[in-house]
Amino acid sequence: MIKVEWFFWLVGAVFLVMAAQMLVDRSNPKRFGSAAFWGLLGAGFIYSTRVVEKTSPAEPLGVAVLVMVCLAGFGFTGKGTVPTTSREQRVAIASRLGSRIFIPALTIPVVAMVCAVFVKKWHIGTEPVLQKGSETILGLGVGAIVALVVGMLVVREKRISVPVHEGRSMLEAMGWALLLPQLLATLGSIFQVSGVGKQVGVITSKVLPDGKIYVAVIVYCLGMFLFTMIMGNAFAAFPVMTAAIGWPVLVVEGGGDPAVVLALGMLAGFCGTLCTPMAANFNIVPAALLGLKDQYGPIKAQLPTAGALLVVNIGIMSAFAF
Amino acid sequence: MIVLLGVLLVIVGFATRRNPLLVVGVSGVATGLLGDLSPREVLAAFGNGFASSRGVTIFAITLPVIGLLERNGLQEQARTLIARFGKLTTGRFLVLYLGLRQITAAVGLVSLGGPAQTVRPLVVPMAEGAAERSHGPLPEKTREKIRSHSAGADNVGLFFGEDCFLAVGSILLITGFVNTTYHQHIEPLHVALWAIPTAVFAFLIHGARLLRLDRTLARDFAAAPAGAGAVPAMASAVDSAAEEKLK
Repeated sequence: MIKVEWFFWLVGAVFLVMAAQMLVDRSNPKRFGSAAFWGLLGAGFIYSTRVVEKTSPAEPLGVAVLVMVCLAGFGFTGKGTVPTTSREQRVAIASRLGSRIFIPALTIPVVAMVCAVFVKKWHIGTEPVLQKGSETILGLGVGAIVALVVGMLVVREKRISVPVHEGRSMLEAMGWALLLPQLLATLGSIFQVSGVGKQVGVITSKVLPDGKIYVAVIVYCLGMFLFTMIMGNAFAAFPVMTAAIGWPVLVVEGGGDPAVVLALGMLAGFCGTLCTPMAANFNIVPAALLGLKDQYGPIKAQLPTAGALLVVNIGIMSAFAF
Repeated sequence: MIVLLGVLLVIVGFATRRNPLLVVGVSGVATGLLGDLSPREVLAAFGNGFASSRGVTIFAITLPVIGLLERNGLQEQARTLIARFGKLTTGRFLVLYLGLRQITAAVGLVSLGGPAQTVRPLVVPMAEGAAERSHGPLPEKTREKIRSHSAGADNVGLFFGEDCFLAVGSILLITGFVNTTYHQHIEPLHVALWAIPTAVFAFLIHGARLLRLDRTLARDFAAAPAGAGAVPAMASAVDSAAEEKLK
């Protein structure tokens, strides 16, 4: 069985190799800080396996995470200039290769799809080939490796160091943004164990007026929207708002259809995800990856749609749940 | 009540544009300590959180191959290709991508798209290529707008497509939560069905906005003389943005 941890080790190893490249890259004025940041990230990926299996304590990893936060947060990381092709060279290569260059790019999604749809059902004996529940992550990983092989064949590149250097250059350009989604997920779990969710539930149930079902619908949807913006994740907001209002007020008291109430409550939360920097992997990471000056650019592009869909969700729930 | 100070720290931190990693780190430590965790438990919470959320960072594995292809003219070829489709404007192209993203997500293929896999290497060069063909070199403000909307089309398509698929995380979270907390039985299929109306509205609303983007772009070009502050390629834009951050 192919285990998802193997892929986390591979990602960790790639970060470690890139950290080693950064260490010797004299064009980077902050090469030691950069190498330390990405090296810790790579080592953390590999060490995490033992934390997940509970064979090693989580505290050292926590220390490493806080050191990474300080390295990036106080500006000890930088970027070098990785030698690459000029725009003129790229145009020349593109006209020679033509649309063959798309083959490796499309390999990633095609392999991911094949893994998620077909390989998912394969078994060796009784063991599934891909670890159960991780088929999409594994599909992406397998897709990336196959695409790299196909890509090197298509562009006739023999040195593996070339794609690694190019990938490192993209990593350095993204910088700390790459770690932010993971750290926000961590913050969400700290909020949860510290009882932040419970407090919000207490407050919302206090301000809610009795017996006005449509007011309760608006409070539930708006609550999902706002709480998702704070937590950056509709999944974290859902149990809190549903336990506070959705279930007791809308389903039990109001006699609403639970499937309608809960489905649209969750979708109201997704509207919040579109509006918040806390959903870093959807909003901040793309801004960094696309080289935007305004890190809130994607959020601004999404705001009007999110607002309109919040109203739509409230409307559908009011019309069909009761 | 006092644990809510951690939430306040996050809001203030983001509002005053401090470094997000620091904001999250400080808020995490503060919330944990205010919530009566010992310093050891706070460290363990950071470690466990990092370990269990590695999946969100795995897209980094695609960067070497995307980098290799960009080095060999992937974006340039994407622009050339889109130039052959005369009627495909930026807005229409993004509507097409939005629809594809929704449909593929709705059948469970959520990892087909994404900022690293499709938006940076393919969607942005094609969307920009379409605008360049009809208007010439893009002013930087316009380029930012097109890139922001490319990322937005990917997100909207993903969020309001995937919930129509019954094996997706959010549907299973809903049914799992209700079934264990309230000892009820809700069918995933029933929940997924009620995600469809919102999915249709999402396509209509966001699609209409993307089509309107074409008009906004034309107006921008009329206002700013063509080529003012033009940035030729993604690589240089990434560099300048990163330099900006270092200052």
